[in-house]
This record gives sequence, structure tokens and C-alpha cells, in this order.
Amino acid sequence: MALLRACGISKAFGGVQALKGVSFELRAGEVHALVGENGAGKSTLIKIITGALQPDEGTLELAGQPVVHSDPVTARRLGIAAIYQQPALFPELTVAENIALGVEQGSAWQPVRWGDRRVKARELLTRVGASIHPDSEVCSLTMPEQQLVEIARALGAEARVLIMDEPTASLSEREVEKLHNVVRGLRSAGVGIVYISHRLDELFQIADRVTVLRDGALVATQPMNQVDRVGLIRMMVGRELTAVFPKTTVKIGEPVIELREVGCRVAGVRGIDLTVRAGEIVGLAGLVGAGRTELARVLFGLTPADEGQIALRGKRVAIDSPRRAIELGIAYVPEDRRRHGVILDLPVAANTSLAVLNQLSAGGRLSFAREKVLARTMVERLAVKTSSIDTPVGELSGGNQQKIAVARWLATEPSLLILDEPTQGIDIGAKAEIHRLMGDLAARGMAILLISSELPEILGMSDRVVVMRAGAIEGDLNRGDATQERVLSLALGHKAA
Amino acid sequence: MILTRFRREISVAAAYALLLILLLIFAPTFFKGNQFHSILVSSAPIVVAAIGMTLVILARQIDISIGSQFCVCGIAAGLLARSGLPMPAVAIGTVLLGAAFGAVNGAFIAGLGLPSIVVTLATMVILREGLRWWREGEFVRDLPPEFQWFGLGQDRGQMVVVGIALVVFAAFAWGLRNLRAGRTVYATGSDPEAAFLAGIQPRRVTLSVFVAMGALVGLAAMLHSARFAVVDPTAGTGLELAVIAAVVVGGVAISGGRGTLVGPLLGVWLMATIGPALVFFRAEAHWEKALQGAVILLAVAADGFGRVRRPHATV
Repeated sequence: MALLRACGISKAFGGVQALKGVSFELRAGEVHALVGENGAGKSTLIKIITGALQPDEGTLELAGQPVVHSDPVTARRLGIAAIYQQPALFPELTVAENIALGVEQGSAWQPVRWGDRRVKARELLTRVGASIHPDSEVCSLTMPEQQLVEIARALGAEARVLIMDEPTASLSEREVEKLHNVVRGLRSAGVGIVYISHRLDELFQIADRVTVLRDGALVATQPMNQVDRVGLIRMMVGRELTAVFPKTTVKIGEPVIELREVGCRVAGVRGIDLTVRAGEIVGLAGLVGAGRTELARVLFGLTPADEGQIALRGKRVAIDSPRRAIELGIAYVPEDRRRHGVILDLPVAANTSLAVLNQLSAGGRLSFAREKVLARTMVERLAVKTSSIDTPVGELSGGNQQKIAVARWLATEPSLLILDEPTQGIDIGAKAEIHRLMGDLAARGMAILLISSELPEILGMSDRVVVMRAGAIEGDLNRGDATQERVLSLALGHKAA
Repeated sequence: MILTRFRREISVAAAYALLLILLLIFAPTFFKGNQFHSILVSSAPIVVAAIGMTLVILARQIDISIGSQFCVCGIAAGLLARSGLPMPAVAIGTVLLGAAFGAVNGAFIAGLGLPSIVVTLATMVILREGLRWWREGEFVRDLPPEFQWFGLGQDRGQMVVVGIALVVFAAFAWGLRNLRAGRTVYATGSDPEAAFLAGIQPRRVTLSVFVAMGALVGLAAMLHSARFAVVDPTAGTGLELAVIAAVVVGGVAISGGRGTLVGPLLGVWLMATIGPALVFFRAEAHWEKALQGAVILLAVAADGFGRVRRPHATV
């Protein structure tokens, strides 16, 4: 019998349909793998199961009982627990206290029985095979130890459904093996486990069934022993090409930036060989956490490289701060535009001029006239919809905010433009305009490095696709050779596909 | 457009106008004497300190050590004058001492990334208690004749004090809007990370606003001390609260990045008028603080309501 059943779940964020009528079933005592590309809808489904989000449509059933209105507290009471890649523990509290927070019931005014709390913690830790002292502070534990504490906490809460989201992403082989043993133990105890991982190998080792999502829709649910790796990858790709990608063929010029064996320990990237030429759009593909944004941050001097060489137009340079990067003609439109790309309180004009204040002022005095001209030109050129250039950027729509973020950097007339997820969460129309703009800029000789989790966007816009995995470059494909299967295989670490 | 953009400044101006209208109706004698004159003179040092505090708050920081800085700078001004230095040198020395205090705050806050409220709480206590240990609560007496009112006599001296405050105010108000440096303060206060990504150096901006704050407190202390024949070792107690209140009432967002200098100027005057006005309404003087508190709460609440209504873009 199904332990958990989700029927016809739909969920939209603004105009973006994250889930379209997805059904999912989890049995007691099975490990059910959930796979899909970035943005396929895995996280949204998980959040609906754990009560963090409410579905727009569809129903949720637990052990045959419908769950009417779910929120995190209800879900936990019903025995649904989740463990994420980054453990969600309180680092300043002890292991026993952390476990108690998920386990102990009762009023806030009830005195704590420290002895019981320790005994309970020790017992749960033993069940997951961890030799951790209940009184150690969580911040002194290693990542795998923290995960075991989380599992212990879930066990203590008598979880019947355990969701594990990329639990092995930061673990070594031996630690993975230990974790798998714990998972197998839970399975034989009748717990239903939803297991999300990008390591396909481990899914074949541990999962009983697999559900594949793509573009927010269900592709298939199959027993694990009836699919193979190639079949799985084929099910994951094949997202619809919804937008038109007007990459025009332009003459590729001289190299603008060349990286040789570049690495940065803080950013977690290593051995990067990469060249971007004038007029070329290079797509940087990879799964979330593969090191794409981290590489961009190295190029923009946020986390300067500590190994290798970077040459700009043939000359060796050290990029040690964003200021230096800007001087060298590098522009970076960051991923989280609402937080870092624009300054929401400042008007359109001030946002547009922020990176070129030096050029717009004489002797430290800003020229408002020149700022106005710049802002008007940019608003017109990028077709920004705003009531005036004095409107705070926070009042514009997402797509228009993104155009302002791009406008700021176009004002610096960069030779290398790095765009990190430039069309994330903006509507189709604005997306097409951003794509057209990228094409225009490349045609005028700009070198563009495009980071995107949307494979069709990468494939449509790029002259060359560079695939990253675990902080290094896994492969480099020409436009003609790059297919969704190839890119995803490289991103997942399977060269032969 | 102008109405929404300067909504906060207009609100505080309206509040001030309301107070004056009430006075005009119920206590017209208020406008007879030289009330405004004395309010203007006594609030001149607060105006100068409020300029600095506005910069600090715009940059998303706070400085609660200014009362202690003010006191130490005042004592230093008196001692420097007594040592026989000419008055211009005394004034410069006082401003530099203030700037040095500000630089110490700024170095800890910008350099080590410590929270400004804790750093300035520490320097507040250190300066105040250090002064008590050093001076044992002694007044600075026997000041040279050119100290009080800069030796210009009361009338011209008052004009100079108010004049200096207004000129400094005008210079900063112009600079905050027209200089590149001013724009970097807003950007840093709105979003330090985004400012950094745009090539601004938020740490340098933070250090600069604290140095400016200190220098302005030094100047404020100079203007304040010059009003008296002796220097009071308890001057500036509670100054930080009065100044932060005026800045907040003037519509500068405590979360940084939003506000102008005009609002705080009106805020200082509004808060400084409440006390004398109460006397004319024949209310007891101890209502002054309660009323000032109510005005602060009202200003912050109005901001909260304004923000709820402000349309925010879709996520």
C-alpha cells in the first residue's frame, strides 16, 4: 500500500509553471529516487510534501488519509521529515538539544529533563551508527556527522517518510557507503525514503524505484532495475524549446580572455582552461553547485584566483577585486539580481550609472545631465518599461530589473560580459529581448560568458558549450556537437554517453 | 512625483507647520519674543551633529558614541584655548580630534567588520569614563576672552555659530546629492554587496562616514562650547539619542540608503521647538520627553505604513 500519495499536483510561481499535474507515490520500506535537471520541479515537489508550499491543485494522502491543509508543523507531526544537502541544525546548540528540538513535545514552560534528553539522543545516535557525544556542539562536527544527527532527529520524531535531498553531495566515498547502510537500515524498518541525487551511480546501488521529472511534469516512474543510465539521461533531457534563440553567426575574433590552469581554493574551482573570443558566446553548463558561479566570481575578482594564469587580450593580468575587473573591461551581471544586480531603493538613473560614476563626474562632481542621457539611452536601447528614469528599480517587473542590471554593465562598455542566469524567473517576452540583446552585443565584438541552468538556452545561444562538474571543466563542445544528452551526461560525470 | 519622492520630508515639514499653527492660535505670544532666535542658536550644534549622523545612518551604520566624543572635544577645545592657541587653531584642533575618534570607530567597524552599535557603545563608555578619570568632573574655567562667542560679543557670535552650522549643512546637502562620493554612501547603505559588485568599496565608504561624523561632532562641540564662559564636563549627555531621533523623524530610513539631509534639519528644529512650545501651552516641562518620544514613534510608524502600501515588484 502506498505510504504517501500525491495526485495531480500543480504549482505556479508568478507566470512560471513549476509543477504540472505531477503524481507521485511512495511505498513503505522503499527507496524512491527522484531525478531531473535543474528546474525540473524536484524542489517544489519536496516543499509541497513537507508543507513548506501549498499546491495550487492536487491532493496529498498519507497512509490513505487525505492531508487537507499542510504546513511544516503538521507535516512533521504526520511523520514527514526532510534532510537537505546543507544540514539545517542549530550550530551553537549541542547535539542532544538539536535532537530534542525535533523530538520532544510538551509546553514551552515545562522544565527540561537533561538526563532523559541525553539518553534519548544517545539511543538515536546509536541507531544510525554514529559515535557522537550528545554534549558536543553541532558546529564542532563534520558535515557527515551533522547529517547523521539530522537523520537521528528524524528517527526520533518517528518519521515514516524521510526525504533526502542530495545527502551525499559533500561526502567522500567511504562516508557515502556508511550513509547508504543507514538508509538500508531505515528501509528495512519500514520507512519510505525519497532520495534525490545527481550521482546516478549511487541511485542504481540504493534505489528501488525512480521517478523522472522534466519541466515540471512527470516523465515516468519505473523500477530501478528496468532502466539503465542512458535511458535515465534520455528521460531527463528533452525539454521543450519554448523561446526562439536568435544567435546570429558572427565572425569570431581574437581571444579576449584566456585562462590556463586557473584555480581558487576558496571558490572550490581548479584546473580551469578556458578561452572566450571576441564575438563569441560561450555557454557554461553544469548542475547547481558545479562551480559555474564560483568561476564567474573568480573572473570578477570577488574570490581571486590563487593558481594558474589569466590573460586578457594576450596580456597577463591579476584580477584581485571587482574594481580591478571593471578597469580591465570585465562586467558581471550576478545571479540573484534582486539582491546584487540592482539596488532596489535607487532610481533607474542612479542604478544605470553606478559602475561608471567616474566617467560621469568631473572633479568628483556628478553630472546629472550626462547621467540622464545615459539612463535615457539605455532605457530606450533595452526597451525597459518604466514610468520614468526617477522610478526606484524596486517598482519595476523582474524582467525590467534584469535589463537595468545589464544596462549598468553595458555602460562600462566591457570587452567581456559574464551573465549569470540572466533570464531566471522573467517572462517569455523579456527573455526573448535579453537573448536578442546578447546576439547584438556579440555581433558588435563583445565576448560573452553565459551561465544558465536552462539547457535549451545554453544550446540555443552559445557558439561553444563548456560543461563544469565538481569545480572543474568536464568537457568542451562545439555548437554543432552539443546536444542535451551530451551536455547532461558530462554534467553528471558520464563521458561515454 | 515630487510628492511621493519627498514624502518623508514633506511629512516632517507638515508636522512642524502644524505645531507652529497651533502656537499661532493658542499662544501667539510665542512669536513675539526671540524664541526662534534662541532655538536656532541652541540647536546649531545639534544640526551639525545630525549631518554626520545622517551620513552614518544612510550607510547602514549607527554611532552612539557621539555624546562622549562631543564632551571630550568640548573639554579639549577649552584646554587648547587656555593654553594660548589662537581661536582658529583651537577650532581646527577640536575638529581633528573628533575626526580621530571617528577614525577609531570606523577602523574597527570597516576594518574588522564589527557591528557599529557594539563598537560605538564601547567607545562611548571608554571616552566618557576616561574623561571622568582624567578630569574628575572639573569644569574648564579661566578661558581667554576670545573663547566665548569667539570674542565677537553675543550678537555677532550667535550669528557666526548659526551661520557656520547652516553653511556646513548647505555644503553637505549639496555634496550628498551632487558628488560621486554622496552616491556611494546611498549605494553602500542600500546594499553593500551590490555596491561592491558595482566597483564601489563599501569599507572605505564606511570608514569615511565615521571620520566625517567625528569631525562634525568636533565642530558641533566647538560651536556649543563657544556659547559659554566655562566648559561643562557633562556636556553632550544624551546627545546621541537627540540626534538619532531628529534624523529618524526627518525620514532617514534606519535600514540605510534612503533619506536626505533636509528632513533631519527640520527634525532637529521640530524636536527643539517642542520644549519651548510646551511652556507657552502652560504644560508641565516634563511632558517634553514624552511628546518627543511620541513624535519619534509616529515618524517610524508612518514609515511602516508607507512601506506596506508601497507597491513591490513581483518576485
